[in-house]
Amino acid sequence: MTEGAFTELRLDGVGRRFAGKDALVDLDLTIRAGEFIALLGPSGCGKSTALNCLAGLLPLTAGSIWQQGPDGERRIDTLPPEKRGFGMVFQSYALFPHMSVRRNISFGLQMRRLARAEVARRTTEAIRLVQLEEHADKLPGQLSGGQQQRVAIARAVVLEPSLVLMDEPLSNLDAKLRLEMRSEIRRLHQSLGLTTVYVTHDQEEALSLADRLVVLRQGRVQQIGTSEELHTRPANWHVADFMGFRNIVEVDATHVDGTDVVVQGEGLRLRGTATAPTAVGDRVVAAVRPEDVLVGAGTDGADGPNATPATVEVVGYQGRELAVEVRTAAGRALHLRTEQRLAPGDAVTLTVDPERLLVYPLAAGEHVPAPLVAAVP
Amino acid sequence: MSLTVERVPGEARQAQDPGLRHRLAERGIDRQLLLLVPAVLFVVLLFLYPFLYGLQLSFAPDEGGPLASYQAFFSDPYQSGTIWITLKLALPAALINVLASVPIAYRMRGSFRGKRLLTIVLVVPITLGTVLTAQGLLNYLGPAGWFNKILMTLGLIDDPVRLVNNYWGVFFSLVITGFPFAFLLILSYLSGIDPTLERAAATLGADWRQRFRHITLPLLAPGLATTFCLAFVLAFSVFPSAVLVGNPAGETRVLALAAYQAAYEQYDYSLASAIAMVMGAVELIVIGVVLLWRSRLYTGSTGGKG
Repeated sequence: MTEGAFTELRLDGVGRRFAGKDALVDLDLTIRAGEFIALLGPSGCGKSTALNCLAGLLPLTAGSIWQQGPDGERRIDTLPPEKRGFGMVFQSYALFPHMSVRRNISFGLQMRRLARAEVARRTTEAIRLVQLEEHADKLPGQLSGGQQQRVAIARAVVLEPSLVLMDEPLSNLDAKLRLEMRSEIRRLHQSLGLTTVYVTHDQEEALSLADRLVVLRQGRVQQIGTSEELHTRPANWHVADFMGFRNIVEVDATHVDGTDVVVQGEGLRLRGTATAPTAVGDRVVAAVRPEDVLVGAGTDGADGPNATPATVEVVGYQGRELAVEVRTAAGRALHLRTEQRLAPGDAVTLTVDPERLLVYPLAAGEHVPAPLVAAVP
Repeated sequence: MSLTVERVPGEARQAQDPGLRHRLAERGIDRQLLLLVPAVLFVVLLFLYPFLYGLQLSFAPDEGGPLASYQAFFSDPYQSGTIWITLKLALPAALINVLASVPIAYRMRGSFRGKRLLTIVLVVPITLGTVLTAQGLLNYLGPAGWFNKILMTLGLIDDPVRLVNNYWGVFFSLVITGFPFAFLLILSYLSGIDPTLERAAATLGADWRQRFRHITLPLLAPGLATTFCLAFVLAFSVFPSAVLVGNPAGETRVLALAAYQAAYEQYDYSLASAIAMVMGAVELIVIGVVLLWRSRLYTGSTGGKG
């Protein structure tokens, strides 16, 4: 159905309060037709609230939502969900338990009072799209989680909605199925060209699926950008922390030369790249991904940049690589990934390319939480 | 740190004889089911025995063949008419209680300010008991009650409407005392339906009427059937209000009253037992019909917490 087709959907200062507490604050976002957008953040960051506001399942307490169509701009945040024409896939799937797969999928078409033949044709087509032909007459309770998920997706896309909203659709599936469904969703998006807003707390899922990501924290937008931008240049240390920069250390800036900074703290002295104007003496955060921490065994590599001696403490097998936790002489735990076969107790020297060590400003009164595990005496 | 875990005494005992427990488990017997024994004994002694005693009593009249009591009941329209009188009271009362509960419970699913107070107000009649309800009805709906006084003062009627000591008195009493029961049951059935289902239906373009008709109602229907059965049984055994706010000699001479008169006014225990058996049979027929209809519905998971 193309009646609700839009070229652009604009969220203008959208906010939502629950009992005096802000769940979502001042969300500005423009979604272009055909785009795949991921709302990303830890639980309680407001991403589901944003999705429900878009769907019309939650009224806004601030801001407005506008739809730019061929016949001008239209305000839609005042419309009830059934008038918006958006499809939604729920985390719990929310399949109607008393209806067969076929009836679940045809439900939306029937609500639109389409001709019987057209309902049947489009339903069959959607069932074929998600490869559930042989399960069409079963009840949802008789299907596996992955099959239920496919029904939920078929039910949402059969209406050819102008926007599909997905609320952590893969979080109830096991790891293997999750990867399969992930590429299935991407494939559907590419073949149908459906504009999609996808909510997840899994940064890997978001990076691999979305054209653009919106990172939320405590109801506020932290960064909007492509996967590449988020992966290499997180806007602040919270985003970096969330995007897999597992080594986050609170330090002091001791030398500043443009973006070239030297920081010191927790027994470390490191050269890095400032992401924002920094002055000597500033309290800052140094962030680096485990895969950017390189290992030279023993004292080899002592000449490398940011050379730091450390002892291997915990080793986790990850196939080709090992996930390793080391501890510096000063007692600071760091994470790294390496193809070297290290064992607990090994002495290593770590090096980090200053380009890959990002230095972020720290807001006044703010502190990086201490690592979860303290040093074993 | 030591890894030894202290065994609690019960665990130790179980560990000693896993054999018996496993042998029973293989046969599908859970030893804890033995805890049901007292309850089963209770049912046998307090229900099954009196029932069987009454059943044989109904076939053992003082005079005539084994079926004489049933013949006496069914050949006398004054007696057999009580079946219809009771059904005419119980069926509509149960139906109205169920139907009135649905929209109220539907509105009260979510949490809102004052929900607890409202629930208490709706449930209070169940705690008052039939006698107090009857007294209230007499005061309120009687010929000199407030209801008639107000209507007459407003000039809407010239003579008081008769609403007590007849069919309507008993009917109102059944509705008042039966409603909280039906309401609480239906509220719990409704909260067992996952609210996300309706939200999903909304995003698929269903307005609230369509959502109720296609999602909530089909999932609630089995619960409605069960609630109707229980509400009906409750109303069908009406006795006190039939005497207090009804017309026990005429239009509200219900089955329970007929049985009472047979037993304690005519001292014909066999006839009284026969009436009790007829009462049970009629109840079973109505419940059977409703459950037959229910068995054709979807009765699986409703996705919620219930």
